[in-house]
Order: sequence, then structure tokens, then C-alpha cells
Amino acid sequence: MSLLSFLIPIALGMGAAGLAAFFWAMRNDQFEDLDGAANRILIDEEESL
Amino acid sequence: MNVLAPDTTAALPELRDTRFTVPGIRCAGCIAKIERGLAGLDGIESARVNFSAKRVAIRHDAQLSEEALGKALRELGFEAQPVLDNPLARDDAETQMLLRALAVAGFGMMNIMLLSVSVWSGAGGATRELFHWLSALIALPTIAYAGRPFFSSALMALRYRRTNMDVPISIGVILATALSVHETIIGAEHAYFDSAVMLLFFLLAGRALDASMRGRTRAGIGALLSSMGRSASVIRSDGATERVAADRLKPGMMMLVAAGEALAADGEVEQGTGAIDNAMLTGESAPQPVAPGSPVHAGAINLFDPLHVRITAVAGDTVIAEIARLMDEAGQSRSRYVRIADRAARLYAPAVHSLAALAFVGWMLAGAGWHQSLVIAIAVLIITCPCALGLAVPAAQVVASGALIRKGLLVKDGSALERLAEVDIALFDKTGTLTLGFPQPDLSALDDDARAVALGLAQHSCHPFSRGLVDSLRDSGITPEPIDHAREEAGKGLTGLWNGTEVALERPDGQSAVMASQLRIGGRCWALPFSAPLRPDTREALDRLRTLGIESRILSGDRSDAVARVARELGLFAHAAASPQEKLAQLEQLKQQGHFPLMVGDGLNDGPALAAAHASIAPGTASDASQQAADAVFIGERLMPVALAVQVARRAMQIVRQNFVLAIGYNALAVPLALLGYVTPMIAAIAMSMSSIIVVSNSLRLAGAAR
Repeated sequence: MSLLSFLIPIALGMGAAGLAAFFWAMRNDQFEDLDGAANRILIDEEESL
Repeated sequence: MNVLAPDTTAALPELRDTRFTVPGIRCAGCIAKIERGLAGLDGIESARVNFSAKRVAIRHDAQLSEEALGKALRELGFEAQPVLDNPLARDDAETQMLLRALAVAGFGMMNIMLLSVSVWSGAGGATRELFHWLSALIALPTIAYAGRPFFSSALMALRYRRTNMDVPISIGVILATALSVHETIIGAEHAYFDSAVMLLFFLLAGRALDASMRGRTRAGIGALLSSMGRSASVIRSDGATERVAADRLKPGMMMLVAAGEALAADGEVEQGTGAIDNAMLTGESAPQPVAPGSPVHAGAINLFDPLHVRITAVAGDTVIAEIARLMDEAGQSRSRYVRIADRAARLYAPAVHSLAALAFVGWMLAGAGWHQSLVIAIAVLIITCPCALGLAVPAAQVVASGALIRKGLLVKDGSALERLAEVDIALFDKTGTLTLGFPQPDLSALDDDARAVALGLAQHSCHPFSRGLVDSLRDSGITPEPIDHAREEAGKGLTGLWNGTEVALERPDGQSAVMASQLRIGGRCWALPFSAPLRPDTREALDRLRTLGIESRILSGDRSDAVARVARELGLFAHAAASPQEKLAQLEQLKQQGHFPLMVGDGLNDGPALAAAHASIAPGTASDASQQAADAVFIGERLMPVALAVQVARRAMQIVRQNFVLAIGYNALAVPLALLGYVTPMIAAIAMSMSSIIVVSNSLRLAGAAR
């Protein structure tokens, strides 16, 4: 029983953290351009610098 | 990553954001080219490409006009149209709301499951009570948040004295929650929080899939839409010009119509000669010459030198507005179409409700006491709740539309897919639908240098020949040569200087044929014959439609001789020189004969027909209004996506029906258990997830249907 009083808040807290992260990501338009993000890794950085 | 060059000049003036839709963005190279190319220019602070939506957002000095930015993009090699407002914002908001609700339901479901599994595996006494209370604590806010889409839609349906899928869902969820709270308070053995939240999670997954399918295809179509003809440059009495939105134009105003611009109102040419492209308005393929005094109509595109046009009719009185009115009226019949999920719900919901009520009454009569009777009735309600049913339709339709997107066809929503499956006769427009929109040049005579010069020259013009030339040259990977002093003269052609040599794209001497042009570099000449060819796979596509049992016909606004030639070549029945009203009448007649017509067309003149047809498809080169009226848009040169659309839609509906049988069958197996009072929350949870998984896996079989 005493173990539960640790484990349940931890489980809930981790779930809530994941949920908060998802909400944050959505508010910050992280899912706006998924195909673009996939393509951008192919762009060479150095030229023009 | 990909940081744009920071502007070091101090104290920038006022900044503005302008967004352009750029359909030509195809790869990482394009992203880099646009972002770097624009960021290097004066007055532009930053540019950000959205690859999925094929858009560029530019943050720039307010001094810089839209035209200048559009020109900068064209110089980088991309066709671009400014985006006025985001017409898709509302859909995006809906999808985001559903995703948030789905995330919350997922969080709640996992945590409640965690607690429920311990209860199922034997936790008792104080632990079980604590777990039920914890579950209630998680479930109540979760249901209140994640259930809103269902509750509000159910309320709406009830207010109009109808039922939809959401009514049994809402009743089931609310009753199960209320009962579970009661059980928790009295410290009973079972609580149904997990079932209630799980039900919401699976149903929200279906809704989110449905919304994301609409969002994805609408973003694709949105990228094709332009803002042409929605505003005009008006010359004021002091000689200055200003941009006026189409709805604020008045008869008597003088419009200055630049080359390539669409007219925003009907009028009469006052100054300037040239030609206009009426293809969108009437379906006629050849440009029409204009001179002072010629009447011109909104929606036509000016091909050459700027024209001064005195407005004679605006907004409500133009030819376009008449077409829009026809489209509105024609669209009414389609809004009466009832989607298969709602048709199923109409049969299913009363059955579920009466079954649950019967279970309650039956157990009461058997003397079980109201508490046990209620528990059993709610178990029946939960077990029969259309959880897999909620997934049956969207899962199949999302996979089907994904398969079609890979073949270049964007279906707007699930209802469109359902209607496409039912069509039995296809009507095709000619210009731009069976044939390619732009005349295609025969380039075999040209060497590489000549091609590069031709591309350099053609870029300066909006004439259909030039655009056809640009399209085919750019596709073959030619880089344009810079041309100085390029100018275009109506009826003659384009001239310019290339490294000091005079070059020209012009009408060949002594030849009256409309479909020809010639390239001249210094003293050398190359003939450039043009043709408006059929799409390369027209025959195969029509054959495929025939094997699906669909008869094809031509319904065109172009002249009879041009239509007859194509009709003979393809062996189709044709109706030529049809006005928008006549096209509409044809469709109505077919519908009255009991047919379900499919209309495929691109011009504004096809708009009413597209809206009236049982289902409709437009090519990506179609006018905005047509793309908006159509159920689906296909991209590229091939016509096959049209035939594939029908084939995949039919296959998808087969799968949907199988899904219904599977989902109902699975639940029906569990109903006797529920009626006898043997359904525990664990059985409900297993039944629910198993039937959902089966339905989703069955839908995945559609992935290869577009062959």
C-alpha cells in the first residue's frame, strides 16, 4: 500500500507530462509541416555561409 | 537549422506577412532555393516554406508589394499566387480540437486501465475502493473534455428531433459514467470507467482520422487555388491606380488588366488590343482577339499587353455570378445525401436503445431489483455501442484516400468517396479535361541552346503557347537563358535580345494556322508546331471505366467541329457547344432517368454541372470555383486517376460493408452475455478493442486497391 502511494502519482505524473508535451508541441505548430521537416534534413547547411 | 540570414540593418520599417501558394515545391532543394533566394533580397526579413501545404510565408517590409514578391518567386523558377485568407483555418481548428480530445482520452484510458487491470487481477477491499475513486477522479474530467464533440453533436441532433451516431454514444457514456460513480460511492465490485473512456478513445480515433483525411486533401487543393480575379487595379481620375476588391467595383470604373491577370468584372475594352483566353468561361480552346469596343467577361484571362477596360457589370450581374448562382442551386441536392454511417445509425440506434430497455424491463419483471437491472441494461448499451462502427467507415476511407493520393487524386471527404462508388455514367468536358489544358509544342527540331533561349523568352509571356512551352521545357530540365528587352506584341509574338542577338517567338510567315509558332535566333528559324493532345492515357482510363460498367460521354462547351474530332477519335457520344445551363439540364435529365452521373470538368462553365452531378472530379488545372465544387481533384497529365477513383471508392464501400458486418457481428456475440448479466467491465473492454482491431486491419487491405 505504501509503495502504491509513490507509484501511482509517478505513473500519473509521467502520463500528464507526456500529455502536456503533446499540447505544447501542438500549440507551437510542431505538426504544421511534417513532410517539410522530413525534407529539410537533406538541405546542405554550409553553402551561403 | 536552416536559419535565414539575419538582417543587420538597424531600425527596420513596418513589417508585413504575406503568404504565397507555390504548387511547384517538390523537394528539399526547392525549400532551400526559395528560402535562401528570398532571404537574400532587400526588404525581405525571412521566408519560411511549408512543404505540406506548398506555401511560403514571407515576412517583409510593408513597402514591398505582393506583385514584387510574386515576381521574385517567379525569378527563382516557381509559379506563385498570393493567398488572401486562410480558408482552411476552421477545418484546422476542428482537427486540432479532435486531436487534443484524443490525447486526453488516451491519457485517461491508459491510467484507468492501469488501475482496472489490478482490480481485475484481484485487488480487493480498501485497495479496490481507492482504485475506483482514483479512476473516477481521472475519468470525470477526461469524459467531460474528450466527450464534448459527441455531446454537442448529439444535442444538436436531438434539438432537431433526429438521431445520429452520437446519440447512442452519448447516452451510453453518460449512463455508464453515472452508474460507475454510484457504484464507487457504495463501494461495489465493478465500475465501468475504463469502458466509457475507452469507447471515447476509439471513437475519437475514428473522428480524428476522418478530419485528418479532409485536412490533408484540402491542404493539397488549397495549394492549387489562386486568388485570380478577386481584385482589380482601378485607374482613378488623377491617373493613379489602386487595388480594389471585386465586391467593391462599380460600373463605370476603369480597370487596368495586366498580362496574365483574370478580369474581375464584365466590361468593354476601351484601350489596347490583344487576345483573351476564354477557356475557363466557355470551354473554347482558341484565344479570342479583342480590340477597343469588344465586350469581355469576368473570369477571362488577358494574354498580352495591358488592357483598359470600362466596367459594365459587377459582382451580382456578371456572367460568373450567374454561374455561381446556378452552382449554389445545383449543390442543394447533394447536401441531402446521407452518409452511410448515419444511415446505419438510423437503423442501429433504435435497435440498441430498445434492446437495453428490454433488458431492463425483462430483469425487473424477473424480479432482479432495479439496481441489477440497470447494471445489465448499461452493460448491454456499452457492449452494443458502435465503437468499431465508429471506426468502420473512417478507417476504410482514410486508407482508400491515402491510396488515391499516391496516384495523384485528392478526394475531399468521406461523403465524396461514398458517392463516387455509386456512379454509373461519366460525362467529360473536353478542353483541359480529356485534352491537356495547355497546347503542347513539338520540340524535336530544337537543340539545347535553342531550347534554353525558347524557355527564356516564353517565361515572359502568359500566352497559352508560351505556358505550354515553359511547362514542357522545364520538365525536361532546361535552364532558361537570360533574355533582355523582352516584349510581346499581340498577334505577332515575343521578341528580345540574347547576348546581343535578336531572338523571337512568333507566328510563322505566310501561315494562317492557329496552332503553330516559330523560334527565330538571329537568322535561323525553327518551326514549333503545337497541338492540344489528349491526355496520354485517355483510352486506357476510358476502357477501365467501361470494365467498371460506366458509360462515358463528352459534354463540352467548345465548337462542334473541335468536339467531334475528339469524339470520333475516342468513339464516344458527344454533346458540343453546351452552355452551363444546358450542361446542368443534361445532368438533371440523367438523374431523372435514375442514373448517378459523374461529371469531370475544369472550366467555370462546368461549375454548375460539377455541383449538380452525383459525384464530380476536376483536374488540378481547373478554375478555383470548379475545384471547390468538385468532390475530388486529380493532379498531373494522366486521366487514369478518374477511373481509379471509382474503382477504389467501390472497393472501399465493399470494405466498409464488411466492417459493419464484422463490428455488428462481434458485438452481437457479446449481446447474449450482456443480456444474461455476465458482462463484466473486462469483457466489455476486450470486446471493444478486439472488434476495433479487426475493423482497422480489414481496412488496411485497401492500401493496394489503387492498381
